[in-house]
Amino acid sequence: MSATTAETPRLRPTRALILRGLLLAGLLILALLPLLNRLPPDHALHASDFIVSVSGKWMCYAMLALAIDLAWGYAGILSLGHGAFFALGGYAIGMHLMRLIGPRGVYGHPVLPDFMVFLGWTELPWYWWGFQFFPFALLMALAVPGLLAGLLGWLAFRSRITGVYLSIITQAMTYALMLAFFRNDMGFGGNNGFTDFKELLGMKLNTAGARAALFYAALLSLSGAVLLCRHLTRSKLGRVLVAVRDAESRVRFLGYSTVSVKLSVFVLSAMLAGLGGALYVPLVGIINPGEFSPGNSIEAVIWVAVGGRGTLVGALLGAFSVNAVKTWLTSFAPDLWLFALGGLFVAVTLFLPRGLIGLMRKGEER
Amino acid sequence: MRVLCLVMALFLLLAAPLRAQDRFETLAAGLSGGFGAQVETVERLGALGDARALPLLQALGEGRLQKRADGTLLLEQDGTVVEAVAGTPAAPGETVRINNRVRAALRGALGRLQLVAPQEGARLQAADGLFRSRSADNIPLLEQALAREAAPLVRARMELALAASRLVAADEAARRQGIEILSGSGSAEARSLLLEARAANPALAAPIDAAIAAIDARLQIRQAAETVFQGLSLGSILLLAALGLAITFGVMGIINMAHGEMVMLGAYTTVMVQEGFRGVPWLAPWSLPVSVPAAFLVTAAVGVALERGLIRHLYGRPLETLLMTFGVGMILQQAVRLLFGAQNREVVSPAWMQGTLALPGDITVTQNRLWIILFALVVLGLAVAAIRFTRFGLEMRAVVQNRRIAATMGIRTGRVDAMTFAFGSGIAGMAGVALSQVDNVSPNLGTGYIIDSFMVVVFGGVGSLAGTMIGAFTLGIVNKLLEPWAGAVLAKIAVLVGIMLFIQRRPKGLFALKGRAAEQ
Repeated sequence: MSATTAETPRLRPTRALILRGLLLAGLLILALLPLLNRLPPDHALHASDFIVSVSGKWMCYAMLALAIDLAWGYAGILSLGHGAFFALGGYAIGMHLMRLIGPRGVYGHPVLPDFMVFLGWTELPWYWWGFQFFPFALLMALAVPGLLAGLLGWLAFRSRITGVYLSIITQAMTYALMLAFFRNDMGFGGNNGFTDFKELLGMKLNTAGARAALFYAALLSLSGAVLLCRHLTRSKLGRVLVAVRDAESRVRFLGYSTVSVKLSVFVLSAMLAGLGGALYVPLVGIINPGEFSPGNSIEAVIWVAVGGRGTLVGALLGAFSVNAVKTWLTSFAPDLWLFALGGLFVAVTLFLPRGLIGLMRKGEER
Repeated sequence: MRVLCLVMALFLLLAAPLRAQDRFETLAAGLSGGFGAQVETVERLGALGDARALPLLQALGEGRLQKRADGTLLLEQDGTVVEAVAGTPAAPGETVRINNRVRAALRGALGRLQLVAPQEGARLQAADGLFRSRSADNIPLLEQALAREAAPLVRARMELALAASRLVAADEAARRQGIEILSGSGSAEARSLLLEARAANPALAAPIDAAIAAIDARLQIRQAAETVFQGLSLGSILLLAALGLAITFGVMGIINMAHGEMVMLGAYTTVMVQEGFRGVPWLAPWSLPVSVPAAFLVTAAVGVALERGLIRHLYGRPLETLLMTFGVGMILQQAVRLLFGAQNREVVSPAWMQGTLALPGDITVTQNRLWIILFALVVLGLAVAAIRFTRFGLEMRAVVQNRRIAATMGIRTGRVDAMTFAFGSGIAGMAGVALSQVDNVSPNLGTGYIIDSFMVVVFGGVGSLAGTMIGAFTLGIVNKLLEPWAGAVLAKIAVLVGIMLFIQRRPKGLFALKGRAAEQ
């Protein structure tokens, strides 16, 4: 790794306080949103359904950003395939939701989802077993991305594949998964993926109550994830991580097993992404192979870069701000959005290597 | 019988335009008679095997044959009327009418006469027709035609048709002969014929089985050859797409995620050149050859702008370069989408690139794929030559090996960087010209190739053009070998996974750089 990314973010107390205040205020506003949604529409503080659903989505994105930040900002592992972990988590919950549809599908088959009936399948494939139980599906939403990351990371870190090579391999991974999930005979709904979900944990999905519940679930998970990452990055492991990022061979010579350090953080990061995806799918009501596209993963990386990698607040800030701009811009000038996103890539890497958080720190050091 | 035929044919060919003309003329006169006489005449003309009867019979079938009151036949062609035999202009007469019996006779006679038609294509078609509608009656006809036939391709088809007809002959010796000839062919049609014959001839089971086995062996070889060709074709496309990357990424170490967009720009340059040339008829066939340098210049210019304007500031920060160039790629893609529209643009292949080429052993290859393989190799050769033998190549290698020493020797390293990047980008543009022939030209043309290209470069060994070539062809062939039993998508996935595992064993690729340069 180059020396330009060398230091751990250390903010001056006052600024750290401001940031923490902002973070808390943000969380508070988010927590109030579903309640504000209940206010009459003409009330000044009324939050529209759109705002609520969009911010629910953004919280899932923020978890993905957090996951990328943990791997990239702290451990120096730039994964261009985190969207795959996100999508795998989503698919795991999607499978549960599909099983819950039961006989209410178009074809009315008691067990098989519609697309399987359509393909003429008569039996549930073995990898769909157990997904009728929510805890199992949730476990899979964490375990599958974790295992995949573990396997990939073990192979890569063991043979000391780092930097750009690792990025390209992770990109190839998500690309391969996208191709695979597009196939009908994989048993994951092919092109169309999963949609038309009915209920989750006994709640009808298209009711206001279910939406609020899912929203709070996302908020709680995000807060939990932030706390976990905060704890992790401040622990001894976190310091080793940063050391690995900045001078891996030196850490190795000091007697640390850099492979296991990197592997554990990579797996944890993948599981976080998977959790984000698992929350995302019931919120948006659809999952399809497009989520695996390499473009999605790299877009998520740019959230972190915009916010400021190597700081947890930065990842959250980036995910929310970039997506806010995206939502705003695509609503009136969809053609411009890709220019803006491309320009963001260029501008951030050239002028804001530490992202928006870096701006706040300007003049503080050096 | 055969000798007799030969003698007859020789006789017909050499000495006897006169005599044949006599017979042909006397026979042809019968066409103006009643329906019964017409049927007889048509059959006789068919058996006579004189190619001059062909236009006559065709005209009869299409209602273009006329007769004068004295019975002289007239031929109407494109509104003018000539005397059928003499060919001199004449006044129109009465149209010769036919009935269904005559039509049926015409069909048979025309099929036989096509065998001696002056056009090679017609004879080929006739032979194939007889191959399908095999019957023992055709044997003498085919033998006759074979004796005259000179074109090797038509001969081969006629022999096949003859063998197929012999298979259903009453004479067992003839059937054996047929089996023997069919076993020498490698076509799936012959195989199914033999299978059919096997059920009908239990006595001949042994030779037929042997013949089928021989055909299977040939079919397998052909299939293997075609798979290898497809693999080479895919490999050449991968090579073209990856070659530019092998220079920018492999030699300079710049991660250019906009490389795919350079390819796309090259393809759109081809579209532009083609549109520009459309109005000028004598220029139009040259649009593709002109596109090659044009695409090189366009993408090289974009490359210089990109390197000098942006990438230069990020040297030594590969991950940032990766993200930045990805953004550039996005902008280029969107710009092209807004300028040209999101739909596919069509690039017409020039005539000399269309069609298929038949190689010995019934292997057919499409011409444009063949040209692309050649083109890829030529571009590779040029790239290697430019790096090896030119001043620019020397400076480039010097800068790559040791930038500071090179600078102290008076090499303007910044300029060399820009030139090298432009060179790699230009090659990507030329790849775009080739890809426009086999893929849809759309704004996201490049995204499909970028990951594959990186895989090729990483697999072949970063910094080695020979490695890139071998990597590209290996991946292409492996992909095509896997395809028949895994499907296109799974084959691709298997290749990706295979490369990931391969990198485990040889992190530096097939052809790793050794020595000091490898340490950096």
